[in-house]
Amino acid sequence: MRIPRQKYFHRPNLTQTFVAFFTTISGITVFNYEFFKQVFLPPYEFAQIKKHMDELGVKTLPIVSITGFIIGLVLAMQSYPVLQRFGATDFLPNTVALSVVRELGPVITALIFAGRVSSGIGAELGSMRVTEQIDAMEVSAINPFKYLVVTRVIATTMILPILTIYVIILAMFGGFLAVIITENMSFEYYKNAVVGAVQFGDFIPGVAKTFVFGYIVGIVGAFKGYTADGGTAGVGRASTTSVVLASLLILIFDMILVKVTLVLWPTLG
Amino acid sequence: MADTWLVKINNVSKAFDDFKVLDDISVTIQKGENLVVFGQSGTGKSVLLKCIIGLLSPDIGEIFIKDKNVTKLNTKELNEVRKNIGFLFQSAALYDSMTVRENLEFPLRKHTTMTQKELDEKVFNTLELVSLENAIDKMPSELSGGMRKRVGLARSIITDPELMLYDEPTTGLDPITTKEISDLIISLQRKLNMTSIVVTHDLICAKIIADRAIFLRNGKIAFEGQIDDLTKSTDPFLINFFSDEIIKQ
Repeated sequence: MRIPRQKYFHRPNLTQTFVAFFTTISGITVFNYEFFKQVFLPPYEFAQIKKHMDELGVKTLPIVSITGFIIGLVLAMQSYPVLQRFGATDFLPNTVALSVVRELGPVITALIFAGRVSSGIGAELGSMRVTEQIDAMEVSAINPFKYLVVTRVIATTMILPILTIYVIILAMFGGFLAVIITENMSFEYYKNAVVGAVQFGDFIPGVAKTFVFGYIVGIVGAFKGYTADGGTAGVGRASTTSVVLASLLILIFDMILVKVTLVLWPTLG
Repeated sequence: MADTWLVKINNVSKAFDDFKVLDDISVTIQKGENLVVFGQSGTGKSVLLKCIIGLLSPDIGEIFIKDKNVTKLNTKELNEVRKNIGFLFQSAALYDSMTVRENLEFPLRKHTTMTQKELDEKVFNTLELVSLENAIDKMPSELSGGMRKRVGLARSIITDPELMLYDEPTTGLDPITTKEISDLIISLQRKLNMTSIVVTHDLICAKIIADRAIFLRNGKIAFEGQIDDLTKSTDPFLINFFSDEIIKQ
């Protein structure tokens, strides 16, 4: 497999910028094609996938826990005055639940996951590339793409939905904390309102799109790291550009997936 | 000798953009022979090794290892050939997230069905060959440059390859460690009866290892023969090259 690699220019002119852009597009296309070609072929490297899921999940857990709790808390605090103006403070749990389940939970978790994990994968594989560890695997007749890339991308794709569900639950608790500070509302009432507000059609599309976001985080980080060159500076570039590209793609795909969801479930609109 | 070659390189050329690194290189390496490839930095020595192992494809020419033309093989066939080749990288290229033990076990786990006991024994015996059995549970970051080279060497030979490729095995090492590594390479070669291609510009290393040497200059073979003939060549460029080497020593 030959993956087109973007050449680095310190101060690129317009032509070089265009060439670099299209080289990245073609490179990432080949990379995706290679992933889907290899993902169903043995060896399956289950132990590596489990190891990466453990590592990525544990590493990201503290930051998403804090973020999830704060999202719910702040959202409830911000929404309360607006709902109060319309005399609709009873709808506060519904507002928090729907916002978090449909959009904020999945997207913010994915963006944090991209910042934490995509850069990590980019730096790790980039470092392995520039120190010839990937070449060493290849000359030992071991498929580095399968061992390093496929396992990581599967791990990110599987772990992000789990983290998202966890963030959604924590955000609900954060929201409840804000509610009991401002409103005299029991946990039972809050819980029933949340459960009543969130339908199957709200929850499934929200969580389902995080499989796509998880895939983006993994594949972008792996692509940038696997194709890194230029020594330690190249590793730094791989790490930084992984986060930027993954975050951008998450937002673009979110827009597309929201539109697709509304077409498939028009009642959500 | 006609039937005893292991590697045959026929008219190989390789260019990067407009820069021709290898230009019509042809050389044959006999079984059990140690060939040293000399040349200045950037003259295509490492590129030649990478073409032999299939990390790079030559633009023109053929490379045979036994009866297999590595330039025409698919990945699966190439991997079968690679199982019989060891490659020592200039930086040793140890997997830095694994211990020394795991580095050595890794190729065996992927290509054999050895039990843990057999793996332990094989790893220990191989580390003993390079006198590093005490470093078995260390991380690569805890090792010195010379130790890393030895572990890299141990990892390369653990699958009992027929052919060993060394990419500047003594670069960055002091003269005493250089001699130790070179002695180790030659003793392993004799013990395990391997064929070796060694890329270097280190005369101490070459004098210990070489059965035969080639000198690459401007992508072409400028000299082919015995190491003593090379160092005594009357070619002004070679005189200058080796006088510099001697000053360094």
